[in-house]
Amino acid sequence: MTTPTAKPTVATVWLDGCSGCHMSFLDLDERLITLAGLVDVLHSPVVDQKQFPQQVDLTLVEGAVSSEEDLHKALIIRARSKLVVALGDCAVTGNVPAMRNYFDRSDLFARAYVENAQEPTTPEERRVVLPVLGVPPLRPHATALHEVIKVDMFLPGCPPPADAIWYLLTEILAGRTPATTTVSRFGK
Amino acid sequence: MNTPVDIATESITLRIDDKDVSCRKGETVLQVARENGIDIPTLCYMEGLTVWGGCRLCMVEIAGSPKLQAACATVCTEGMIISTQSPRLENYRRMIVELLFAERNHVCSVCVSNGHCELQTMAVKLGIDHVRFAYRFPHLEVDNSHDRMRMDHNRCILCTRCVRVCAEIEGAHTKDIKGRGVLAAIIHDLDQNWGESSTCTSCGKCVNICPTGALTHRGTAVGEMTKKTTFLPYLTLMREAQP
Repeated sequence: MTTPTAKPTVATVWLDGCSGCHMSFLDLDERLITLAGLVDVLHSPVVDQKQFPQQVDLTLVEGAVSSEEDLHKALIIRARSKLVVALGDCAVTGNVPAMRNYFDRSDLFARAYVENAQEPTTPEERRVVLPVLGVPPLRPHATALHEVIKVDMFLPGCPPPADAIWYLLTEILAGRTPATTTVSRFGK
Repeated sequence: MNTPVDIATESITLRIDDKDVSCRKGETVLQVARENGIDIPTLCYMEGLTVWGGCRLCMVEIAGSPKLQAACATVCTEGMIISTQSPRLENYRRMIVELLFAERNHVCSVCVSNGHCELQTMAVKLGIDHVRFAYRFPHLEVDNSHDRMRMDHNRCILCTRCVRVCAEIEGAHTKDIKGRGVLAAIIHDLDQNWGESSTCTSCGKCVNICPTGALTHRGTAVGEMTKKTTFLPYLTLMREAQP
């Protein structure tokens, strides 16, 4: 349970991305102090809360939907958030994580765990075992967030500049729909 | 070419976006609109090359015709009433550019033309913040066989500017198109590796005229590839000035 608060609640989530969008979010610098006065950040890679809260006003999602775990999280985010924003090119287009989509998963595994693996020295190492325990299965394609859940707003960019994130947040808090292509674009 | 022109019979008046304009006989809607500061988006059109009419971004509405017409390929006639902006046209233009993004692998963030790409700029211009169509993720090749230039089919939008500049300006006609629909692709000579082409003069016009990161100089990293298209009007002018 979250403490009742008058301030809008915000969550940020990191799916299949490089965390660059979150770095850009931290690049808000001193504006983070202002933001802390405007919203309550309930869940994020930069706060302690591990479980996604029951109810959030706004969720920013970084990263493509690549594994079954990503999909599971995306569905929870949608069910519990009033507004979902795809933050950055991976969430918006698939971007770099989706570059694996041109290949079969078996080829990817072979590349990662056999071809690029260190030269085996022991019989144990020579026995190629793909990790299956404790890792989420990879979906056939890494996809944009809006291919699996309804997304309300999109902020493209790799990563979106801090100024663009600030513009997005302040526009949403003011009750307006941000015109995100005026502040960022694919690949920015 | 330099014969005196009878202004009264050789000029045409028409209306574009509620603006009365006049032009010479034979001019296209796109030319006249641009001469009068009316912007119509294009990707395949290039002044100095023959009209291709392939990208369909310059579609306009002409009063009295239910069909949309490509402004680049429509010659002005007396009394035409043209709209270059409408919700219907904006919807189609947006759809076209989104389909271009979905058709091949345009990964802007790792593209050598990031920040200098006409497709990317067009997305911004049309307010495209995401693509509503499913990406196809085709497996396409990068032709690295030429010692100075590179062809990345992942980034190609098949505008054919390279084909036309090669055939019409350089006169080599090394490049052409094979296949149809999503299987269409730029080829060199008889679908050989670029580096093995016996007709390519390595002039580099195709690289400079390519709107995206499909044709680039080798050795360029992300965002480093800038294009120079200023040579084309100059060459065309020189050619026209020849007796």
